Amino acid sequence: MEQKAIKHKTGFWYVVKSLLSGLGLTWKHFKNARNRRTPEYVSDENYFKQPDGMATLKYPYEAIPVPDNGRYRLHNEIDDCIVCDLCAKVCPVNCITIESVKATEDIGTTSDGTKKRLYAPVFDIDMAKCCYCGLCTTVCPTDCITMTPVYDFSEVDIKNMVYHFTDLSPEQAEEKKLLLAKQQEEMAAAKAAALAARKQG
Amino acid sequence: MLAFLLTLGALLGVVIVLAYAERKVAAFMQDRMGPTEAGPQGSLQAVADVLKLLQKEDIVPAAADKKLFKLAPILIFAAVFAGFAVIPFTPALVPAGIGIGVFYLLAIVSLDVVGLLMAGWGSNNKYAMLGAMRSVAQIVSYEIPAGLAILSAVMVCQSLDFQEISYQQGALMNQFPGLEYEMNWLFGIEALGINTTTIGGITTWNIFRAPILLVAFVIYFIASLAESNRAPFDIPEAESELVAGFHVEYSGFRFAVLFLAEYSMMVLVCLVAVVLFLGSWNTPLPNIGPVALAYWTSGTAGEVSSIGWGIFWLLSKTFVLLFLQLQLRWTYPRLRVDQLMHLCWKVLTPIALAVVLIAGIWRLLMI
Ligand code: SF4
Ligand code: SF4
Repeated sequence: MEQKAIKHKTGFWYVVKSLLSGLGLTWKHFKNARNRRTPEYVSDENYFKQPDGMATLKYPYEAIPVPDNGRYRLHNEIDDCIVCDLCAKVCPVNCITIESVKATEDIGTTSDGTKKRLYAPVFDIDMAKCCYCGLCTTVCPTDCITMTPVYDFSEVDIKNMVYHFTDLSPEQAEEKKLLLAKQQEEMAAAKAAALAARKQG
Repeated sequence: MLAFLLTLGALLGVVIVLAYAERKVAAFMQDRMGPTEAGPQGSLQAVADVLKLLQKEDIVPAAADKKLFKLAPILIFAAVFAGFAVIPFTPALVPAGIGIGVFYLLAIVSLDVVGLLMAGWGSNNKYAMLGAMRSVAQIVSYEIPAGLAILSAVMVCQSLDFQEISYQQGALMNQFPGLEYEMNWLFGIEALGINTTTIGGITTWNIFRAPILLVAFVIYFIASLAESNRAPFDIPEAESELVAGFHVEYSGFRFAVLFLAEYSMMVLVCLVAVVLFLGSWNTPLPNIGPVALAYWTSGTAGEVSSIGWGIFWLLSKTFVLLFLQLQLRWTYPRLRVDQLMHLCWKVLTPIALAVVLIAGIWRLLMI
């Protein structure tokens, strides 16, 4: 390829012209500062068609919408949770803590018809540990653990980053545990009786 | 005493407006919004900043030269503020109308340099010292082209009195004692035979009376940017290399005074440019035959109307120049030290010398 020497333009008028064009540029931006860019998401058609105007987003008052498949704060719809513990097992950073208690009676079904058999006296997600990988939402059989579009949830006290999703109060949880223990005792007694009867027979 | 308080109050007001304008203008030129929270459109931001500064602790570094350190901000501000004493605000209002105003102004504003050096030396900090040395080198150098540009205006006007220079640049010229029979000619050349004495307006501004002063004005404006340490000549303050130059160790009230002095300097150099080159408090509108725009927009000398018009024109011209200063700051990159000295000694000073010569010849054509 033929190489051409770059000729540096010099001279008084050239410098004056370039100084003036610099001033013109800032003046253009100053004039256009009456307009504001609209807060649109990057996939919007208009996003790149707005070269002028102020780009500032007054954040707490306005925000750019988040993408639909964005991964932000988790939410667990505990009514639909069957406490299968899959999410806790798959979580790479172990930030989900689940304790389960077997129900002694029928406790209904989830919204997609799966039968619920367990109570969850503890269902905590530590959002400070969570790496927002989204694995838990993929494994959940009832799709009850989901990502919400909320991303602004910083806290002064890190303990507040642990979110509690259980719907049982500690007393209720205690009651359920007692019920379960009693039922298991009864079942054990029934089993022992049945065993004894078989031996005799 | 009254003039002192009035000038101080007006200056504080202008500086607060300017500090706010600087942030907004900078923001708009960079597609930002600037302050928006304090007051409507953030208009109380500058006031809030001042209040914050006043509450801050007044820290004097242990190793500083305490006397110099404490005295410097006051000296710097006093030097700049004293310059305002000779600026005519209206046809009838000058804080101190002395006959050698121009000379006094150049002399007293140079004291600023001593204050800067005191601040830099007294802080006992290498950044401050470097900043002060650069600042002094720069100001002392640029006073030469600025002084020469002012000299050419003085030669054309044949006066060191700011008020007389102001009167010469308008339709009210013959009202000034001693100028009753003076005449203004278009471009100052009597041979052209167009008498502009009663036309006034922009045709009698110094840059029109002697068009060579337009060059002098540009030289003065560039040099004044350097004298007030404004970008693109802000190497003494170079935030990115010297933190903030000579005032790096200052905090609280003393910093506020330095800040005030810096912005006052900007206002002062623009006022001087307006008075010497852009027609001072005179209206830009000329009398055209029976449409006496110049008289209508000047008021009657000595009355409230003339004070109002005078201050209005003076301030609006000053604000145009101040806006230009802000715009330059946000447009051009900073000069290197050698480029700065090159511009001053090898470009501006020779041109200014030539301008002085031509202005002298021009004056011969004017009489
Ligand atoms: S998003 Fe990832 S890290 Fe966060 S709780 Fe779910 S599995 Fe754990
Ligand atoms: S995977 Fe879903 S259903 Fe299972 S415990 Fe987690 S949230 Fe509940």
